[in-house]
Order: sequence, then C-alpha cells, then structure tokens
Amino acid sequence: MGMEQIAEKYFRPGRLPHIWCPGCGNGIITGAIARAVDQLGLDQNEVAMISGIGCSSRSSGYLDFNTANTLHGRALPIASGVKMANPALKVIVASGDGDCTAIGGNHLIHAARRNIDLTLVVYNNSIYGMTGGQYSPMTPKGSKATTAPYMTIEPSFNLLELARAAGATFVARATTYHVPQMVDAIAKGIRHKGFAIVECVSACPINFGRQNKAGAPAKMMEWQRDHAVMVAAWEKMPAEKKAEAQAAGKFPIGVLYETDAVQEYTEAYDGVIERARR
Amino acid sequence: MLKLISQRCKGCGICVNFCPKKVLEVTEVGKCAIVEGKAPDCILCGQCEMRCPDYAIFVEK
Ligand code: SF4
Ligand code: SF4
Ligand code: SF4
Repeated sequence: MGMEQIAEKYFRPGRLPHIWCPGCGNGIITGAIARAVDQLGLDQNEVAMISGIGCSSRSSGYLDFNTANTLHGRALPIASGVKMANPALKVIVASGDGDCTAIGGNHLIHAARRNIDLTLVVYNNSIYGMTGGQYSPMTPKGSKATTAPYMTIEPSFNLLELARAAGATFVARATTYHVPQMVDAIAKGIRHKGFAIVECVSACPINFGRQNKAGAPAKMMEWQRDHAVMVAAWEKMPAEKKAEAQAAGKFPIGVLYETDAVQEYTEAYDGVIERARR
Repeated sequence: MLKLISQRCKGCGICVNFCPKKVLEVTEVGKCAIVEGKAPDCILCGQCEMRCPDYAIFVEK
C-alpha cells in the first residue's frame, strides 16, 4: 500500500494536516508505525497505541487504533495495564526522549525488566520540543538548549544499552532518514513477544535545530544519513575504528539485540492466575 | 504521476532536497510544487513520498 492509502486507512479522518512543525521528524515516525502495522496485516482493532506527553505523544491522537494520550512519563505503566487486561492486543507505546528517559525513566527500566510484551517507539529528537527546547537526558553533550545557553556538560544516555541491561529482549535503532529500516524495526518489534524498544533518531528543526545551527530539516536528515552505520558493518569494525566512529558521533542502526530466551510477563502472569484458582 | 496535497504541505523542503532529478521546488507561498517543465524528468523513484513528514506528496504508478 502506498503512503496515500496508508494515511487514508490508518489516520483518523479529518485530522491532517497534523500539528507538527515543518520538517519535524514526528510525522515520519508516526507514518512508519502505520506502515509497520500495515506490513504486518494487523486489524486496527487489535492494536492499542499509548503515548505520554510531548510533541511526539500527539501521535496517538492521529492514528485510528485503540489509543490513549496519557500522562507525562507514564505511557509505559498504562500500556502495561492495557496489555495485562487484554494480552491479545498488540500494544505500541509512543514516547519522546524526555518523556521516556527523564520523568519516565524508572518505568522504562521496570517494563524492560519484566519483559512485558510492549513495543516502545522512542521519538528521540534530543530535546524537549513542546516546552521550547530544554535539554533532555538524550541531548548530546556540548549542545545548546534553553536550559543550557552555554552548552550541556552532561553525557547523554545510551538508551539502548540501558534498556538491554534492564532486561529488554528486542533492541533496535533507526533514523528518520532510514525509513524502510525504521518500518522494518518497528514491525519486528511488534512481532517480537516481549519488551521491544525501537529508538528512532529524529529531528526537531525548531527547538533543537535552531539553537544548534543544525540547518534546514533536510540538512538534519543528511546528518542522520552520514552518522548512522548499518549494524552488520558496525559489528565488523575493529575496536579501534569503532571507538573512532563513536567519537565522531556515529552510531549503529538496525536490530542490535534480540532473544526469546526470557519468559514474557503476561504469560508468566497466567501462571499466577492458574495457581490462584487451584 | 505525482500527486500533491497542498493543503497538507508545510514547505519544509525535504522532498526538494532528496529528489534525485530536481523536479520539485518550494514556491514563494511556501508550498511544494513541480518546477515548470520538469514533470517529465520524474523517474517515480518515490523518495519524496517516502520522506515527506506530512503525507502531502505521492507517486501514483
Ligand atoms: S517543537 Fe520540535 S518536536 Fe515539536 S513539533 Fe516542532 S519540530 Fe517537532
Ligand atoms: S516534504 Fe512534504 S511537507 Fe515538505 S515540502 Fe515536500 S511535500 Fe511539502
Ligand atoms: S518520485 Fe523521485 S524523481 Fe519524482 S519527484 Fe519524487 S523524488 Fe523526484
């Protein structure tokens, strides 16, 4: 299906144009979620999409699934409740980098630890866009933000390593330049039975781009193109080259880790139900 | 054939930048349009459709 038909089918009627700024990556990621659901041939009624608060969390209001736009940082606990109540649903969580790694950071590690079958799509534009450009835990060190006019001095999280260490069983990354790879990563994350996280490296041309003189939206996407390395090539790099690439701001994209060796949470909970009934 | 939905277009210039055949432009009024006389150059590669954050340009094959 082309994007025209996908927008027609999966977006709620009359909601476009969306609210996001010109060139904002949120539209690309939200489109990729719709494309992934389409690729998997899922019934829209079988899909739930839960979001937190922030520019990217507006996404759940546009897509015609079972949706809830919830509280800042709290998308994961609410999504966990949805999944517990109806494990047959495919539950997608949309969360920005601020929402997911700052106020929602604790929920992130515990959802990952439980290996509950959710697909967390992180819209990572390295900034709090909606409130005007404050730095988040994902803002690269040395960036300008309204809360760091003399540049940030904190290292940012390596979100995927954090999630993996906490227990996530599917870990992937894509960028808004790499659309087919993003669709593929999200589709695989939805298909994966367990906690899946897909970090989508995105651009906020307005509240990150302007302060950091990152240029036009297309320029920010060219930066993604020039800094993302396919995971197969990344893994083949000798340690020294990898360190060099990392120092130059490069990062791997693709499915970085996947295992089905850990029991999924709602499945484990079925055991609790059974034991309680005995 | 290209199909543009101007009402959705925000003139971000992403499609213009990534079109390999320089078929597109953002006009004075801030909307994407086909450069005059360039329509036959379009190779229907779909880059514009794939990248548009606003679902405002499509390739109809
Ligand atoms: S402020 Fe940034 S993240 Fe928010 S809609 Fe605008 S460009 Fe997108
Ligand atoms: S990418 Fe889309 S919104 Fe941006 S100028 Fe082209 S058609 Fe318009
Ligand atoms: S289909 Fe390809 S060649 Fe045609 S306008 Fe779009 S990007 Fe350019």
